[in-house]
Amino acid sequence: MIYLDNAATSLHRPPCVAEAVCQAMGSMGNSGRGAHDASLAAGRTIFDARRRVDRLFHGYGPEQAAFFPNVTAALNTAITSLLAGGGHAITTALEHNSVLRPLYRTGADLTILPADKAGRVDLSGLEAAFRPDTRLVVCTHASNLTGHVLDIAHIGAVCAKHGVPFVVDAAQTAGCFAIDMQAMQISVLCFTGHKGLLGPQGTGGLCLAPHIQLAPLMVGGSGVHSFDKEHPRQMPTALEAGTLNGHGLAGLAAALAWLEETGLDAIREKEDRLARRFYEGVKDLPGVVCYGDFSAAQRAPIVALNLGDWDSAAVSDELAQRFGILTRPGAHCAPLAHQALGTEEQGAVRFSFGYFNTEDEVDAAIQAMRTLAQEEA
Amino acid sequence: MRPKELQLVVVFDTTAAALAFEAAALAAGLGGRLIPVPPSIKAGCGLAWRDAPAARNAVDGLLRREAISGAHILEQII
Repeated sequence: MIYLDNAATSLHRPPCVAEAVCQAMGSMGNSGRGAHDASLAAGRTIFDARRRVDRLFHGYGPEQAAFFPNVTAALNTAITSLLAGGGHAITTALEHNSVLRPLYRTGADLTILPADKAGRVDLSGLEAAFRPDTRLVVCTHASNLTGHVLDIAHIGAVCAKHGVPFVVDAAQTAGCFAIDMQAMQISVLCFTGHKGLLGPQGTGGLCLAPHIQLAPLMVGGSGVHSFDKEHPRQMPTALEAGTLNGHGLAGLAAALAWLEETGLDAIREKEDRLARRFYEGVKDLPGVVCYGDFSAAQRAPIVALNLGDWDSAAVSDELAQRFGILTRPGAHCAPLAHQALGTEEQGAVRFSFGYFNTEDEVDAAIQAMRTLAQEEA
Repeated sequence: MRPKELQLVVVFDTTAAALAFEAAALAAGLGGRLIPVPPSIKAGCGLAWRDAPAARNAVDGLLRREAISGAHILEQII
């Protein structure tokens, strides 16, 4: 089996991640619920994860890092809170439904910066999109369909100039690209733990700039102020009602330690090299159409393509059944990006590469596509 | 039960702050430890740092050095 669906979730992880989860399940109590050894073990482990997340993103301190089950919960929290009462928001056509649907649900007026047929967003229209009632700019760091990377440092600077909060969806870039919250003037950085960060599913969260206050989606048990009728307002407790996924966060902390040791540059360089090797191997095959701008210096390690007029699900299934190559077909929860590419009906077959993939695996995927293309020619 | 005695009790706004202080205190060689916050004390966090009263200056210095906000040093018979 060759796993090339890393944009959906990582499959191959450093062994320390599963080991940390197993150890946590046999030793950790409930963080923040008492001060016995097992509870403190959980608290220390989760705090270690906060510190590492904060360090990775150059955030505003570990207490400003709140954990959620996934990036969707983090994005819902940020978007719902910052657009409470309506107003205007700016986003892009590259967004995942984890951004779009919360935006639609708020009822806010939206300006959606369009993408061209190569999946690029022209940010020259950003400045003009601001209105007096603009209350939020939210965008992905990289498209989960084409790998196109947005210049979030530029967007952050424009948002700062207008005094508007800037929310970033780093689902496809955390653990691969350097993200500096402070330098990039990001107000809320939302991340998932199970993709590039190589942690377990069920982990994710957000890092929050101190001048922004978010209302939680949920309130409830916090382990403190039990007689108060309101949930505590101090970060990170303010956004973390109920028991955290301590076992998963133990795995995430181990993964973050591995990332620090390995280095983002080494990870990004390898993933980029694998993706470009695959692209070079398939781009000229008869009937193959690749989507995106591969001349860009920075791209997430994703290659989306189609073969002739075949439904992307059929091609992906063929790759899995005949060649043991696992990819993701369909719409990838990115409806506006598919509209820009003109692939709403066909979808696309997404190959996404991770640090633990090899050149041999890439070559096998190229050969499989060559076989299919020759059969169709 | 052990006899009650005068103790230094440091309370925090958040668990994160308490754990940050614990890490710094252990690294600095302080002799205290985290305890459940006594019910008689109103605090944002369920964890408190208990130490000997003689450690007050060291604790205070560490809180400042680590820039841990929202912490308060109390003396309680517990």
